[in-house]
Amino acid sequence: MSALNIWVVCEPSGTDITTTSKELLSEAVRLNATVSAVSWGPHTDGLSDLTGSWGAHHFYDLGDLGGVLPGSVVAATVASLVSEGTPDAVLIPASTDGRDIAGCLSAFLDAPVLTNITGLREGPDLLSEHTLFGGTQAAFARNLGSAPSIMVVRPKSFAVGTPAAASASRVAVTPVTPRVRLVNIASSHIEQRNGPALDDAQVVVSGGRGLGDAASYGLVEELATLLGGAPGASRAIVDAGWVPYSHQVGQTGATVKPTLYVACGISGATQHMVGMKGSTYIVAVNKDPDAPIFSLSDFGVVGDVHNVLPALIAALRARS
Amino acid sequence: MKVVVCVKQIPDPAVVGSLDEAFRLRRTGKVILDDADTYGVEVALRLVEAAGEGEVSLVSMGDATDVTGIRSALAMGAVRATVVSDPLLRGADALTTAKVLAAVISRDEPDIVIAATESSDGYTGTLPVQLACLLELPAVTFATSVAIEGGVVVAQRQTEAGYDEVRAALPAVVTVTAGVVEPRYATFKGIMAAKSRTVDVLTVADLGLDAHSLAVRQEVVSVEVTPEKSAGEKFVDDGTGAQRIIAYLERVKVLSGGGS
Repeated sequence: MSALNIWVVCEPSGTDITTTSKELLSEAVRLNATVSAVSWGPHTDGLSDLTGSWGAHHFYDLGDLGGVLPGSVVAATVASLVSEGTPDAVLIPASTDGRDIAGCLSAFLDAPVLTNITGLREGPDLLSEHTLFGGTQAAFARNLGSAPSIMVVRPKSFAVGTPAAASASRVAVTPVTPRVRLVNIASSHIEQRNGPALDDAQVVVSGGRGLGDAASYGLVEELATLLGGAPGASRAIVDAGWVPYSHQVGQTGATVKPTLYVACGISGATQHMVGMKGSTYIVAVNKDPDAPIFSLSDFGVVGDVHNVLPALIAALRARS
Repeated sequence: MKVVVCVKQIPDPAVVGSLDEAFRLRRTGKVILDDADTYGVEVALRLVEAAGEGEVSLVSMGDATDVTGIRSALAMGAVRATVVSDPLLRGADALTTAKVLAAVISRDEPDIVIAATESSDGYTGTLPVQLACLLELPAVTFATSVAIEGGVVVAQRQTEAGYDEVRAALPAVVTVTAGVVEPRYATFKGIMAAKSRTVDVLTVADLGLDAHSLAVRQEVVSVEVTPEKSAGEKFVDDGTGAQRIIAYLERVKVLSGGGS
């Protein structure tokens, strides 16, 4: 078969692009595809070199969108571009903005979208891999309609490659006004965090319902600090309002792949396990010996987090 | 203030799911209202209460043999529901579902359409945005708070780093996250009232939709069992749990051995 033609929606992050965007570019390179990057924002000047170094041959530069949610604008623009040089697939990071773009693109192109992708497999068709039932099974799917396949890929599904000294040819594009009204961003708020970011941390310590109350989350934070890691949370305690969403690990939160993951009072719902099962070493502390988390843990302690965590914190303090 | 909430009946999440011979999620057992949808219903009811007038109605797609889940949303305070149920829609992807829901909703011309960010069974998470584009409405997604101020929806939109305050003129589609509000419990009066509220069941033909535009356009080619991870060590804490965790972390070299 001839080389695949893959477009990657690269989400801006300051003057850089997000890690997931780099993962998608790297995978497109691994598939020996002709790669085009699409990005936007106030800092696209350096992105020809940057996306080029990650393997893009072409860079479609939409420029600054002017304080609106990018979803419908980026989708309308990509929809107008792909009708000219039809790619086999458009890869999109599974982020909040990425998911908006994918939904709009699907409606504008009248093409279905494959979401929650955790892998790609090349065959007669490009197949997408999806994790089922918390990782016990994997489904492989494909689009039957006309190209392109719209594919939304979860973070950390692919390793990032090695950047090369190459530049993509820049194509300046005037953003297309979509047929839906725009959503204005009135203000942006960044939640302050001490220590490493959740999705980059080498150690993640997460808490769940088993902590009993919001105040006990302090144990999780303290342990995370002592191990040089980031505190995380199950969806249950985020929904309960104990900690902000930015702490959530799982299907609907962050995907993490640290060297060490410590699950404290987390039973191990499918929703949670999908977001952390790629961790190298998993330690679990839970009162219930039958908690599903123990099926995934390398080292499990059946016990009360209110006994084990304070002792662990004291012991680690004594070492430092 | 006319508010439409998209709701979904899903297999009980407490029961381990399985796939049928066509790799589709079995939907044979008991179905319940997706917990994620109770937040949308609550937000809708509060918007109508804040406006001092209006009503909340529900739309859904799926098997209508058992509508207990829909009735539980009616018991919270929605006044009626429309369920599109048709064998033609078996295996429908999110875009097809969005087309069907759009056909129902466009007859109502609501001020605001509310949906969960994603369902708790499929987790596709694109339907509300597809729906918004088909209805040619702005999509305010991942909202953790929603208010209407002078014909404009003002929402806090969750981002990876924190949140944005976003604004869009009505009518609009809004997706709400779980935990946005505490969903109310149905009162006895509400449960009794829900029994007499109308649940319209429609087919594709009733909506005047062309069956060709609803054809299945994606398929699962194969399903493979992922190799099981071998079970790790596990022991019951006897007061030495913390020390044993430290010993384990030293063994795998996450901590340097023997203290300092």
